[in-house]
Amino acid sequence: MTDVAVPLTSRKDWMSDQEVRWCPGCGDYSILAAVQLLMPDLGVRRENTVFVSGIGCAARFPYYMNTYGLHSIHGRAAAVATGLAAARPDLDVWVISGDGDSLSIGGNHLIHALRRNVNLTILMFNNQIYGLTKGQYSPTSEVGKVTKSTPFGSVDQPFNPVSLALGAEATFVARTHDMDRKHMLEVFKRAHDHKGAAFVEVYQNCNVFNDGAFDTVTSKETRPDNLIPLQHGRPIRFGADGEKGVVADSQGRLRLVAVADTGEDALLVHDEARDDPGLAFALSRLAAGPHEPTPVGVFRAVPRADYGSLVADQLVAAQAARGPGDLAALLRSGASWTVT
Amino acid sequence: MTDTASKDVTELDHVVIRFAGDSGDGMQLTGDRFTSASALFGNDLSTLPDFPAEIRAPAGTLAGVSAFQVNISDHDILTPGDHPSVLVAMNPAALRANLGDVPRGGTLIVNSDTFEDRNLAKAGYSSNPLTDGSLDAFTVYEVPMTSLTVEATKDLGVKPRDAERSKNCFALGVISWMYTRPVEGTIEWIQERFAAKPKVMQSNLAAFRAGYNFGETAELFVSSYEVKPTTFSPGDYVNVSGNTALAWGLIAAAQLARIPMFLGSYPITPASDILHELSKHKNFGVRTLQAEDEIAGISAAIGAAFGGHLGVTTTSGPGVDLKAEAMGLAVSLELPLLVIDIQRGGPSTGLPTKTEQSDLMLAMYGRHGEAPMPIVAAKTPSDCFAVAIEAARIALKYRTPVLLLSDGYLANGSEPWRLPDVADLPDISVPFATETNHVDDDGNGEFWPYLRNPDTLARPWAVPGTPGLEHRIGGLEKQDGTGNVNYEAMNHERMTRLRAAKIAGIAADIPGVEVDDDSGRELVVLGWGSTYGAIGAAIRRIRARGLRASQAHLTHLFPFPADLGEVLRRYSRVLVPEMNLGQLSRLVRAEYLVDAQSLTKVQGAPFKASEIESAMLALLDNATARVGTENVT
Repeated sequence: MTDVAVPLTSRKDWMSDQEVRWCPGCGDYSILAAVQLLMPDLGVRRENTVFVSGIGCAARFPYYMNTYGLHSIHGRAAAVATGLAAARPDLDVWVISGDGDSLSIGGNHLIHALRRNVNLTILMFNNQIYGLTKGQYSPTSEVGKVTKSTPFGSVDQPFNPVSLALGAEATFVARTHDMDRKHMLEVFKRAHDHKGAAFVEVYQNCNVFNDGAFDTVTSKETRPDNLIPLQHGRPIRFGADGEKGVVADSQGRLRLVAVADTGEDALLVHDEARDDPGLAFALSRLAAGPHEPTPVGVFRAVPRADYGSLVADQLVAAQAARGPGDLAALLRSGASWTVT
Repeated sequence: MTDTASKDVTELDHVVIRFAGDSGDGMQLTGDRFTSASALFGNDLSTLPDFPAEIRAPAGTLAGVSAFQVNISDHDILTPGDHPSVLVAMNPAALRANLGDVPRGGTLIVNSDTFEDRNLAKAGYSSNPLTDGSLDAFTVYEVPMTSLTVEATKDLGVKPRDAERSKNCFALGVISWMYTRPVEGTIEWIQERFAAKPKVMQSNLAAFRAGYNFGETAELFVSSYEVKPTTFSPGDYVNVSGNTALAWGLIAAAQLARIPMFLGSYPITPASDILHELSKHKNFGVRTLQAEDEIAGISAAIGAAFGGHLGVTTTSGPGVDLKAEAMGLAVSLELPLLVIDIQRGGPSTGLPTKTEQSDLMLAMYGRHGEAPMPIVAAKTPSDCFAVAIEAARIALKYRTPVLLLSDGYLANGSEPWRLPDVADLPDISVPFATETNHVDDDGNGEFWPYLRNPDTLARPWAVPGTPGLEHRIGGLEKQDGTGNVNYEAMNHERMTRLRAAKIAGIAADIPGVEVDDDSGRELVVLGWGSTYGAIGAAIRRIRARGLRASQAHLTHLFPFPADLGEVLRRYSRVLVPEMNLGQLSRLVRAEYLVDAQSLTKVQGAPFKASEIESAMLALLDNATARVGTENVT
């Protein structure tokens, strides 16, 4: 079959006619804009693109994309998308989710989608709060968080989403934030182009229930000293003039240093393609939360066959070995007998 | 003394044999093999496997007893038999657990090697039943199966423990002789099954032959028996279990719908065999996902259905509980989906390996909101094939999730099945939407995902990959037609009623109630699911007494056949036997205001025909008495 060239599109072609109904000032707007801006550059067709979501503020996302979309139930987006991507490996399937949806009620589906390496682009909007249910603490809320359901402060240890994804055998793990469109565009494109499960944690500000949760890392003023950009093959350094860096000691522990003290050669060189996820994991543990220097960028990107392709390969192999299914023969495949 | 060289052969019209032993003794395998030999020989048959949930319960205990009952016959039969006429007991516990079902005068074949103090004590016997006279009412054959098996295999270099394991083949040999089964098939089967383990194969072959020869030569059995082949109508036959027939039915349904099939499933007894069977047939384009949990199983199937596949999830009651929210989603999305419930005893984990029909109300009402789903149920193991196709037909045509109910008895039980001609199976394909279906104010074509077919009320099924039909659907209430999210009061009322009307309308697209003999007016026995055989057998008995009763059996439980109320009202008495506490009877009483009498049983075992017969006799006596009284007054 000859494929005709993918038609050129503009951002507008990817916007649905539905009114966007997030709270004014919500970080979701900038993420939506980034995705809509990105789509024309991906070389994909609208009809082959599907956005799948669960429940939560982020989960309204598919309604705003002029593609196929499925707004499912709380926590199950990864499972629904697994079925779709396994059945239809020809499609481009995106999962839009939040910290409650993906890490609490849907935690099981997320980790299994990652370990299976289902060909999905998973954007997890992390705002460290339950927004749609009006302000309860989430599985990424910090210890001590005071919310409607934790008036005396949360005593729950939060998940570190990047650590969790790495522990779940994810082949692509990245972090970006809603205040940097250019970075979002880069990371989303990388995630989309990755064959297999790509997990992106997006720091997303909920200006109504958890305003400023990521300001330390994302605001213009404090960003230089607290956002550690990860760039493959480059020494890991940050600060307004790149005066700070990350080194690994002889035990493999990472720590922050002044480059002036160690020299540039001592800095850890980022390697997202390393087969062993140990370095990526150590980077994910560098910050206990978004209130201190925190790595942002692609932590890990390694090739591994994706689930839908492996499933399809088995079907092809079975048909090659046994021929296409013959129902009459199947029914007689046991010990059959004939009465005349 | 009988001449051992030329024993008599006595002809029987049927025989019910139960094999019983420890759950590690291979009784299911033995029963299965005897069944296959009988099927190939041409008998009609029906089986009832009955095993504990534990894989290896403590050896020698009552809790660990596993049994397999088979009824073989020279005529058409409907049940595995109320009572075994022959019990093969591999140890004291197997004897004790099953003796109560054997009528006096029945035959017991026991492995006498196991009747020593320790095993007797484990089974709760204070004295040896083989010597204390308690079995005087039975014909008892004491066969030292363990020691004879060890003796028969001693030259093979097999360890004694491994040799002992072949004793089930010895028992199979004895019974194969006793019921004059051809041995070639069983020998080939042993050779194939244990091809990878030559020693085990040799040991089992030696044990089987030794058992057969023992029957022939030992001065123990007076005669052997023959159950002649049944006169089946011409055709090709297989012996099929419900779960296998169901898996094949699903494969057939996908072929008849001309779309690929996707199964999302989590292992659960007694449904897992469907997952196993479907996993084998990838050359049919069948994709199987062993999901991380029950919810993922159905969610993945919904995703695949959105992608244009025949989405299926298979489970048992506890899994249906977990899938409830996702079923509601499928109701709201109006996508085709099959949810298959192989019912077992509940509540909670309940009786995982035992049968029950207690999920009907769950199927009918077990979702929040007004979330109607069509329900179909299979009545025999082979009927699972046809019902799977019917469930798919409804799901595809009406774009709705459908619940298919089977149960543990159908799932594991087997019967000969005359194979359908594939060419005669229905075409159940439905076209995907390919064109826009609405024109906007500017005259441009657009696609409305909830613009319904006026006849079926089904919405169009447009799958990703179709240019121009991009659309978004979800679990939020949507506007009639456009499918856009909508919370308006009257729209919700309209959509709720539309969803209900769509499902109710299926009643016009299914056959009316089939009544097997419509001539009487005294009593109709209304059933659903696996009670079909026992009800049918009970009705035969009633008719043999010169009384009249009719059988009506439902395949469609929601919606009911359009004429069900009218049919039930024709009869003075309605009896509804169910393996629950009266779920269908309550539904028909509520729906039709008929005075349905409920007959219930929740013992993890199917009805015996005699139990239904007794209930029918009681109702018929009352009816007769009442008629008599009316005549007097």
